[in-house]
Amino acid sequence: MATAKEIVSFKDVAKIYRGRAAVTDVNITIKEGEFVCFIGTSGSGKTTTMRMINRMLEPTKGTIIFKGKNIKKYDPVKLRRTIGYVIQNNGLMPHMTIKDNITLVPKLLKWSQEKMDQKARELIKLAELPENYLDMFPAELSGGQQQRIGVVRALAADQDIILMDEPFGALDPITRDNLQDLVKHLQETLGKTIVFVTHDMDEALKLATHIVILDGGKVIQDDTPDNILQHPANNFVKNLLGEERLLQAQQDTLSVGDIMSKNPAHITLGKSLSEAIWEMSRHHVDSLLVTDDSKKLKGYIDLETINDHYAKDLSVSDIYANNLIKVRANSYLRDTSERILKQGYKYVPVVDSDNTLIGIVTRASLVNVVFDAIWGKDELENPEDANLPASITEGSEKA
Amino acid sequence: MIGFLNSHGSELIIKTWEQIYIAGFSILLGVIVAVPLGVLLTRFPKTAKYVMSITSMLQTIPSLALLALMIPIFGIGKLPSIVALFIYSLLPILRNTYIGMAKVNRNLVDAAKGMGMTTMQSILKVEIPMAMPIIMSGVRLSTIYVISWSTLASYIGAGGLGDFIFNGLNLYNPSLIIGGTIPVTILAILADYLLGKLEKRITPATKRSEA
Ligand SMILES: Nc1ncnc2c1ncn2[C@@H]1O[C@H](COP(=O)(O)OP(=O)(O)OP(=O)(O)O)[C@@H](O)[C@H]1O
Ligand SMILES: [Mg+2]
Repeated sequence: MATAKEIVSFKDVAKIYRGRAAVTDVNITIKEGEFVCFIGTSGSGKTTTMRMINRMLEPTKGTIIFKGKNIKKYDPVKLRRTIGYVIQNNGLMPHMTIKDNITLVPKLLKWSQEKMDQKARELIKLAELPENYLDMFPAELSGGQQQRIGVVRALAADQDIILMDEPFGALDPITRDNLQDLVKHLQETLGKTIVFVTHDMDEALKLATHIVILDGGKVIQDDTPDNILQHPANNFVKNLLGEERLLQAQQDTLSVGDIMSKNPAHITLGKSLSEAIWEMSRHHVDSLLVTDDSKKLKGYIDLETINDHYAKDLSVSDIYANNLIKVRANSYLRDTSERILKQGYKYVPVVDSDNTLIGIVTRASLVNVVFDAIWGKDELENPEDANLPASITEGSEKA
Repeated sequence: MIGFLNSHGSELIIKTWEQIYIAGFSILLGVIVAVPLGVLLTRFPKTAKYVMSITSMLQTIPSLALLALMIPIFGIGKLPSIVALFIYSLLPILRNTYIGMAKVNRNLVDAAKGMGMTTMQSILKVEIPMAMPIIMSGVRLSTIYVISWSTLASYIGAGGLGDFIFNGLNLYNPSLIIGGTIPVTILAILADYLLGKLEKRITPATKRSEA
């Protein structure tokens, strides 16, 4: 994937209708194997941009390069036979059987009957429909089944790039979900390049490896979904993404190190218990992390334990507990926050790759960041926790 | 009735055949000209308006007058009758072809083109098959018109069942009039029935039960 070849590139492309620009200044590069979503509001130029790829529309300005050659050098009819095309409401021919619909392009290419039959069987299987459907007519299939055929038909002549214009717009959410899985499979498993027009951000984020955001005929942002979520180009993009997704995305890439407090209260193994008590009172805490002399994390010790075992000649190393959980500074918050919060730890020490104590994540600091987005308000109700002595044992888990 | 058949039986067969010949030929010409013209016009919607109104105008010329107008150009006999009736057959076929083609789902035409059909392939494999029911109803309408109007062709010497009817009128002989009219009616009904069958055959199925 890293060195994938360019399959389509737009260079300063514009399409102008009677003096009004439908799209302008389009510069996009699509690489082999990408799943590209064109997204934008109605009239933003998604369809116009897409239809220039198979010469259903000719650019007014600029050039489009397809597989290394100016698109104008191709015969439009032959070009279209090498590019899959799926439209909303499937575009199946009602007077042709499913088999004839599937093999429409192979027939234009004059394949042998045998080869076409084989292709039809192969594709009906890919569509996850029974073989006897091949003899049916489109009107005898459900909308979702028809669109399955519409999708696999686009591969009948081994096209390696497929254009889809809001193909699932008319389907119910569950059927749409299934079909999304099908097209994602075509891209991921069969390596097809897919150019997909949608105005549904969830759909784009689910499917795309590359998102092109259009507004008023201009490309507003052209990047990976992650980068768009992390760095939305402007307010239009932010609105398109929505508050919730942005928050979520922010957490998705925050690391534990980003939110930890540095210099947690700690004590070394060799210190005496009275020194430990003094440390606790100095920091106003009821437990301390325990490290060795080179600051490697060993465990913890709390006030209760000291009370129970107090004796002048004992040191921290004699009674500290070592059954503690810890997290790495570079682990993602999204992977750890739920574990920490759900299990009810008051805080968790943060270590680097060689177990050196470098910080601490308290429940309070986590809550600040995660509160709204992950669970919403009602699940984080442990009001009495705040008054209990802080503890990092697992025992404080609520029943 | 029996008497009529005894005295005019063989003549009846000849006249009926003439009628079929004149009407059939006119319709055939009409289809050959009007269907492609109708298809062509869908590609030139601006021209289409003018062509449609010209054919509508031709349609309004009284049939006897149109037949009479043919005489200075083609003389008398079958040729001028066929030309006149052909002109009449044009409009319903042309209009229905045009409408039928224009009504084909744009989505399908777009899909056909987008998958790599040439314009001709799209017309022959998608648009005409989809428009077939409407085109055929134009043909059926024309056929009924032309069969009944071809009776008038007798007036300019083309023969046909009109000969009986005109003779009957001249001689005040009702049995001749009826003897000419009934076969014309039967011909029209029969032609419509056969075209209905043809329509079923050439209109593509969209369900297995129809196949
Ligand atoms: N044939 C045409 N003639 C004139 N203007 C057109 C034509 N086709 C599209 N436009 C204009 O170009 C702009 C972009 O249209 P386009 O169909 O690409 O939008 P879209 O993003 O696909 O919208 P939607 O989500 O509604 O499908 C619109 O303002 C539209 O009115
Ligand atoms: Mg569109």
